[in-house]
Amino acid sequence: MSTSRSSQAPPALDVEAVRKDFPIFETGVAYLDSANTAQRPRQVVQAMVEYFTTYNANILRAAYGLSETATARFEAAREKVRAFLNAGSTREIVFTRGTTESINLVAYAWGRQHVRTGDLLVCTVMEHHSNLVPWQILAGERGARLEFVDIDDHGRLRQDQFQRLLEQGPRLVAFNQVSNTLGTVNPYREMTAAAKAAGATVLIDGAQGAPHLGFDVREVGCDFYAFSGHKMCGPTGIGVLWGRRELLESMPPFLSGGEMIKAVFLDHTDYADLPHKFEAGTQAIAEAIGLGAAIDYLEGIGLDAIRAHEAEITEYAYEALSEIEGLRIFGPPPGPDRLGVLSFDLEGVHPHDVATILDRHGVCVRSGHNCTMPLLQRLDVPATTRASSYLYTTRDEIDRLVAALHDVKRIFTR
Amino acid sequence: MADDQFYREFILDHYRNPRNFGRLEGPDISHEEYNPLCGDLVGMDFRIEDGMIADVRFHGRGCAISQASASLMTERLKGMRLEDARKISKDDVLNELGIEISPARLKCALLSLKVLKVGAYGLANVDEEEFE
Ligand SMILES: Cc1ncc(COP(=O)(O)O)c(C=O)c1O
Repeated sequence: MSTSRSSQAPPALDVEAVRKDFPIFETGVAYLDSANTAQRPRQVVQAMVEYFTTYNANILRAAYGLSETATARFEAAREKVRAFLNAGSTREIVFTRGTTESINLVAYAWGRQHVRTGDLLVCTVMEHHSNLVPWQILAGERGARLEFVDIDDHGRLRQDQFQRLLEQGPRLVAFNQVSNTLGTVNPYREMTAAAKAAGATVLIDGAQGAPHLGFDVREVGCDFYAFSGHKMCGPTGIGVLWGRRELLESMPPFLSGGEMIKAVFLDHTDYADLPHKFEAGTQAIAEAIGLGAAIDYLEGIGLDAIRAHEAEITEYAYEALSEIEGLRIFGPPPGPDRLGVLSFDLEGVHPHDVATILDRHGVCVRSGHNCTMPLLQRLDVPATTRASSYLYTTRDEIDRLVAALHDVKRIFTR
Repeated sequence: MADDQFYREFILDHYRNPRNFGRLEGPDISHEEYNPLCGDLVGMDFRIEDGMIADVRFHGRGCAISQASASLMTERLKGMRLEDARKISKDDVLNELGIEISPARLKCALLSLKVLKVGAYGLANVDEEEFE
């Protein structure tokens, strides 16, 4: 699960066998947009269909067998998430709609309780909007100061600057485990240790990290960790907030209403115990079960094997793209601190034109700002084209990308 | 092949050599619009004389479709009566481009029309639906 445990070679991943689990590849597309959303294997679809067709019922509130089965499977999915994160208790696992909602939950429930006028909040220029806008709003409301750690020329966070900000004793430090535009794997263990030593509460956005590296909340020692199901072969509409139990216990609810209560009176309400206090309303039951199946699926193949496969594909793609004249890749070179997210600029051609022509070759890539507008302002480009890989990505797909890029150049230079 | 059809020579020509590109000094109307999806920018400056567009310039940055569409638009507008310019429709613009535009790229193709309509009418009278 961790990048540092690489002394033993992981079992090789058989990519052709993996691809057979993903019906979508029968369409023939070269799918290079997994950083946006991953594809789903049959196993995940099947787990959801099984719920819909054999034990569909609401959870937690009915005294009949179907509902008991649904509740048991929903809670079993929570246990899978707990084990995936090595969390101490399932009470620390809150289901949300995704990373965005998880971070908003913290910004509203924890932020409004703990952040005061003049406090410092530390973020980074490489954040996805969902780990930036909520802090901007919070800082504005509370009169707090929001500062951003800059990147260096290779797309790595400026640790010297981070240290200087820590010396000012920030209330909160929030950063991503892996950048969705640069592919940079931030030194999250070291950054967390330093931020905790400085007395900060630490939130890590794991949307791009969890699917590829996993995460060990007890080893890292942060306070909050957020990720989305749909970027790790699970369904959309489900995500997770892990929070340290004492923190979650002391926080007020975020959304309120049904399911999050113990008892309601006309003049007050007793809230439910964790994690239900933060799970108001009917939950995304099939989606949670699907996420559990996705975790089983990824762990069945092995995160180390997945990581090794991706490292090989990333190196191959990085070299192939580097050979294209006029193409500039953002982010660090291949290595332990870079994942398979390759954002690039092709001289003289706007990324939307690149993506349109690639689409006509059956190659799916992201074009635009990737929800990281401040980062693109920092890089001084209006948009990028982004090709990203996952456990099912093949060299053949990279070859198709490269061939299609040559066609882009042919069209735009004829 | 298909892409050559889409990125037709005259579109690429307008993209590489945009017509009426730049700014007017002391324009009678000046307006800019962004396409928030991709950050494309198109702005237009107009000089109006006796209800006629005596001169027009555009500026901006973005994809070939948005920039070529703006360049084509300025050619069409020069010398046109303002009341006729207001009648230019979505279909007129798409017909002039003469290519099949996917839903995702429609906003790019129609960005300059939005600039014209909002500039010439004021935002209050413009139906957003027309540019989507
Ligand atoms: C780094 C990062 N953070 C947060 C998000 C938001 O995730 P979601 O849209 O699933 O809430 C994403 C997804 O694009 C991301 O890449």
